[in-house]
Amino acid sequence: MSISRRTLGLYGGIAIASLVAPFVFDNYISQLTVLWVMVLFAITWDAMGGQMGYNSLGNIFFFGAGMYISAVVQIGLHYDVAEYTAAYGAIKVDFTQAQYHVGLVLGTIVAALGSVALAVALSWVVFGLRGPYFAIGTLGIALAAGELVGAWEYVGAGSGISLPVFPGEPEVGERFFYFAFFIAAVLSFFFFRWLYGTRFGLAINAIRDDEEKAEAMGIRTMRYKTITWSLSAFFLGICGSLFGNYNIFIEPLEVAFATVVFGIPMVVMALLGGKGTLWGPVIGAVLYHVIKEATWKYFLGWQWVALGLLIVVTVVFFQQGIMGWAQDKWPELFGIEVEEDSAEGDREAA
Amino acid sequence: MAAMIEVRNVSKAFGGVQANRSISLDVAKGKITGLIGPNGSGKTTLFNSIVGYHPIDEGSIKFEGKEISKLRVPQIARLGLLRTFQQTRIYGKMNCIKNMLISVPHRSMGLIEIFGDHSAQELEKAEHLLEFVGLYAKRKLLAGDLSFGQQKLLEFAMALMNQPRILLLDEPTAGINPTLINGLIDRLKRANTEFGITLFVIEHNMRVIMNLAENIYCLAHSELLAEGSPEKIQKDKRVIDAYLGAH
Repeated sequence: MSISRRTLGLYGGIAIASLVAPFVFDNYISQLTVLWVMVLFAITWDAMGGQMGYNSLGNIFFFGAGMYISAVVQIGLHYDVAEYTAAYGAIKVDFTQAQYHVGLVLGTIVAALGSVALAVALSWVVFGLRGPYFAIGTLGIALAAGELVGAWEYVGAGSGISLPVFPGEPEVGERFFYFAFFIAAVLSFFFFRWLYGTRFGLAINAIRDDEEKAEAMGIRTMRYKTITWSLSAFFLGICGSLFGNYNIFIEPLEVAFATVVFGIPMVVMALLGGKGTLWGPVIGAVLYHVIKEATWKYFLGWQWVALGLLIVVTVVFFQQGIMGWAQDKWPELFGIEVEEDSAEGDREAA
Repeated sequence: MAAMIEVRNVSKAFGGVQANRSISLDVAKGKITGLIGPNGSGKTTLFNSIVGYHPIDEGSIKFEGKEISKLRVPQIARLGLLRTFQQTRIYGKMNCIKNMLISVPHRSMGLIEIFGDHSAQELEKAEHLLEFVGLYAKRKLLAGDLSFGQQKLLEFAMALMNQPRILLLDEPTAGINPTLINGLIDRLKRANTEFGITLFVIEHNMRVIMNLAENIYCLAHSELLAEGSPEKIQKDKRVIDAYLGAH
């Protein structure tokens, strides 16, 4: 895969802007941090919904699962988790730098692997469903998980868990998490960019376009579906672990398995930017986040109405998204064109 | 004459509708075998039974001596028994080259290989086969934007890319411009002789099937009605009656 000068310039520009932004726009650092969370959400959702055609409404499940797994690991390293949660925050943790970071790294690794294990286990259930039934089935998993965790005393039930605070200056902590999410989003972008260029990418596209045909051609569809969901879960698990620590406090319905705030927007962002494309989810995430923050600032009280309207308009009138629209309008730019030369002549010339 | 597919006493019913009743037939290795019959006579049901699309009620289906009636569609496809669809099916949002590249055989594809890129030979083969069916110039177009006839040709090329041992074609010429049909017959014959692929073809166009097949089976009312060479089938009174509706 050769990278052109223009692409390199684009990546360089984004990288520089992303590195400078938290220092220049100091006041907006929390919005910028969540922006990378949104980008990661859109990218991981698009692997399922855009590239493989399985519109999951339950991807948020892995975000929440990762968050809780990591919290239990981090607390469990130094305390009895049940006692800690039963104290409702009365036990104040005071970790040293080393304890904090070891816990965070270890928790994040276990969260990522735990999410993958959950994805593999669940794939036996959900991949029996197709189309709208898959969407509803996965939504059910996310909603059920929120309720179940909300009733589970060991992890604090509805009262949630307080997590250790970043040891050091608050500004340093903010920048630390900004860059943690930035790196996670960039890693997932390049990982999926690579993945879509392999046979694997072709196979999941084939499943999207016609799964029955793919089966009739001998493709091991179940294997591809399980792996794709697991990869999505892997990055969402990491993201959930980081977000729990960024937020300091986690609870099941509003933070971990937040279907309305995070779960549904995953879909909307990918649709808005153009699902099934590399850049679509990124563009969609940035746009959605900017619109969301703007409505919060200028239409407070009406923000959910405005966002709901955006969702309706996107789903009803603009399903192909920005990148899909561009591809329809300028197909040549995307390499979709008739080339009249013959295969033999082409090879001689090359 | 070795039989590649042996169908023995296969029955299949959908609720109260008996679609296949105790059908037995052989598809000869290396040859082109035809399957004809009026609409609703159970041809596509038989195809679906052979490729494992649905379980059969009774009987046995063997592919190269191996019982396959309990296997599922992808497993059978990986054995080298492939089918094309009556309602042409291609991957519409991918371009023709990608349609071809994902159609490589999946028999021996391991976990590591699925994360690899296609080889130069695969690309060359894909382009060669697209040229073979006359779609090379359109290779970068989205398959869904091709005409129905072109999609049919692409589906045929994809099947060849998969290097099957036998190919089951469900009405390969339906919906194809009559002037292109001769070219298609020629290509089907070349697939048989040059690539050594056994063909089992459902076809309504009598001129096509009489030209193509060496041996023809005729189904009517869910049962096997007649079998024989094209000349014999053409003169068979039962076949003529079935088509003209004398029953």
